[in-house]
Amino acid sequence: MNYWNNLKYKILSKDSFWAILMIMPALLGILIFTIIPVIGSFIISLTRWNLISAPKFVGLKNYTLLISDPLFYKVLAITSLYAVSVVFLSIILPLILAVALNQKIKGLALYRTAYFLPVITPMVVVAIVWSWIFDPSNGILNFLLTKTGITNPPLWLFDSFWALIAIIIVSVWKNIGYYMVIFLAGLQAIPDSLYEAAEIDGATGIKKHLNITLPLMTPTIFFVCVMSTISSFQVFDLIYLMTEGGPENSTMVIVYWLYKNAFEFFKLGYASSIAYVLFVIILLLTLIQWKLRKKWVMYE
Amino acid sequence: MGNVRIKIVLSYTILTIGAVSMIFPFIWMLITSLMTDNQIFSSTPQLIPNPLRWQNYIEVADKIPIFTYFMNSLLVSVATVAGQIITCSLAAYAFARLKFKYKEFLFLLFLATLMIPPQVNILPLFFLMRELQWIDTYWALIIPGIFGGFGIFLLRQWFISFPADLEDAAKIDGCNPLNTFLHIALPLALPAIVTLGIFSFIASWNSFMWPLIVTNSDSIKTLPVGLASFKGSFRDTTQWAQLMAASIITTIPVIIIFMLGQKYFIKGIMMGAIKE
Repeated sequence: MNYWNNLKYKILSKDSFWAILMIMPALLGILIFTIIPVIGSFIISLTRWNLISAPKFVGLKNYTLLISDPLFYKVLAITSLYAVSVVFLSIILPLILAVALNQKIKGLALYRTAYFLPVITPMVVVAIVWSWIFDPSNGILNFLLTKTGITNPPLWLFDSFWALIAIIIVSVWKNIGYYMVIFLAGLQAIPDSLYEAAEIDGATGIKKHLNITLPLMTPTIFFVCVMSTISSFQVFDLIYLMTEGGPENSTMVIVYWLYKNAFEFFKLGYASSIAYVLFVIILLLTLIQWKLRKKWVMYE
Repeated sequence: MGNVRIKIVLSYTILTIGAVSMIFPFIWMLITSLMTDNQIFSSTPQLIPNPLRWQNYIEVADKIPIFTYFMNSLLVSVATVAGQIITCSLAAYAFARLKFKYKEFLFLLFLATLMIPPQVNILPLFFLMRELQWIDTYWALIIPGIFGGFGIFLLRQWFISFPADLEDAAKIDGCNPLNTFLHIALPLALPAIVTLGIFSFIASWNSFMWPLIVTNSDSIKTLPVGLASFKGSFRDTTQWAQLMAASIITTIPVIIIFMLGQKYFIKGIMMGAIKE
C-alpha cells in the first residue's frame, strides 16, 4: 500500500508526466491529421487508383508519367510566373505604402483599417466581387476603361492572356494591407537618429532610403518574400471561382490541377504525385531562402 | 521645410489612392446588392441606384438556404476556436514551462508540420474522413482544424515571457503543473488567447477548399461553399445582385470580429513576423 502511494506520488510530482499529458492532444492531432497523411500521400502516389477498383502498386510510374506530361511543365511555368509577379508586387507596393504611412501621418488607424478590409474578407467573396468588376460586358472596370477612350478593353477572365494578370491583381490587392503592417513594424524599429545622422552628412530623400531604409529592412523584406512565395504556390480559391484554370489552361496552377486530378478525374495516384512535387517545391524554396538569407540579410 | 511638406503631401496622395482602391470593391459590392437586374445590365452603371432594391437581401434566402449556411459557419468557427485554444494552450504551456525528455525533438516536430502545405494532405485526409464516416458532418469540418502549430508558437512565446515567481508560489502550495496552468498561467495569458481566437475564427470562417471537399448537402455546407455553389460556373454567372447581397452577409461577421479585436489582430501579425 505504502509502495503504491509512493509510486503515485513520484509520478504526480514529475514535470514530465504532466508535460506528456498536456501535449498529448496536440501531438495526437498532428500525428493523425498531418504526419500520417503526409506518409499516406506518398504511398498513394505509388499506386494507380480510381476509387472504383482497388489501388494497384505501380512504383514510381506516376512520377515518370508526370515528367513526360507537357501539361505538367505548363502548370509549373504558370504557377511560377504567377508567384514571381505576386511576390514582386507584394514587396514593392506595401513597402511604398508603409514608408508613406511612417511619415507621422494623421489618421493612421483609419488607413490601416481600410487596407485591412481585403485581408480579412473571405477569398470566396473577393473572387465574386472581382469577377463582377472584371465582367467584360457589364463590369465597372471595362466601363471606366471605355470612358477613358480605350475602345477595345480586354475580356479579362475570358482571355487567355489577361486572365492570369487579373488573378495576380486580385491576389496582390487582397494582401497589400497584411504586408504593409509588417513593413510598417520594421520601419518603426529603425531609430530616427540614423536618419538625422545621414541628413547631417547631406543625404536626401531617395538616397536616405536606399542607404538606410533598404539595408535595415532586408530581414523584413526577406520574411515577406518567403511568406508570399509559399502562399502563392498554394493559390486555389481564386482559380476555382474565377477561371476554373482556363481559358485554354492559361491559369492552370498546381493546386487547382491537383484538385482536378483528384476530385474530377479521380486519378488519385497521379494527383498525389502532384501533391508531392508541390511539397518538395515548397520545402526547397524554404531551404534555399533560408541559406540565402545569411548572405542577403544585413543586421545592424 | 518645403521638402518636408512635399513629402507629406505625396504620402497622403499615395495612401489615399491606395485606400480608395482597397475600399472601392466593397462599395461596389454594396451598391450592386441594391440594384435591379435592369440597372445591372444597363450600359451606364448608376453610382446610386434608384430605386434601392432591398428585396435582394430577402430573395437570397429564397434561392439558397443562407441562414443554414450562416449557422453552420458560426458553429464550425466557434467550435474550432474553442478546440484550438484548448489544444494549443496546453501544449504551449508544457513547451514553455515544463522540463521533459525529447522536448526539443517534439517542438521541432511541431515546427516541421508548419512547412507542410495542407494541400499535400488533402487526399489521405479525405479518405480518413470517409473511413470515420465523417464526410458531410460537422466533425470533418471541425476536428482536423483544431490542431495548429501557429497557435502553439504564439502562446509559447507568451508563456515564456512570464515571471516565474507566481508559479513558484503555487508550486510551494502543492499545486501540480496542470492546476498552476489552469489557475495562474491561463488567466494571465488572456490577451494572447484572444489573439489566437480572432485569428482562428477568421481563418475558419473564410476556409474554402477543405469544406468544399468534405461537404455535399446544404444542411452542412458553410457560407463560402454555399456561396460558391450559388455563383456557379464563371461562364454563366448572372445573379449578381443577390450574389453581392449574400457576399455582404458573409463578410459582415469577420468585419465585426476584426473591428472588435483589431489591436490583438495587428499584434498577432507582428508576433508572427518577429518569430522569423
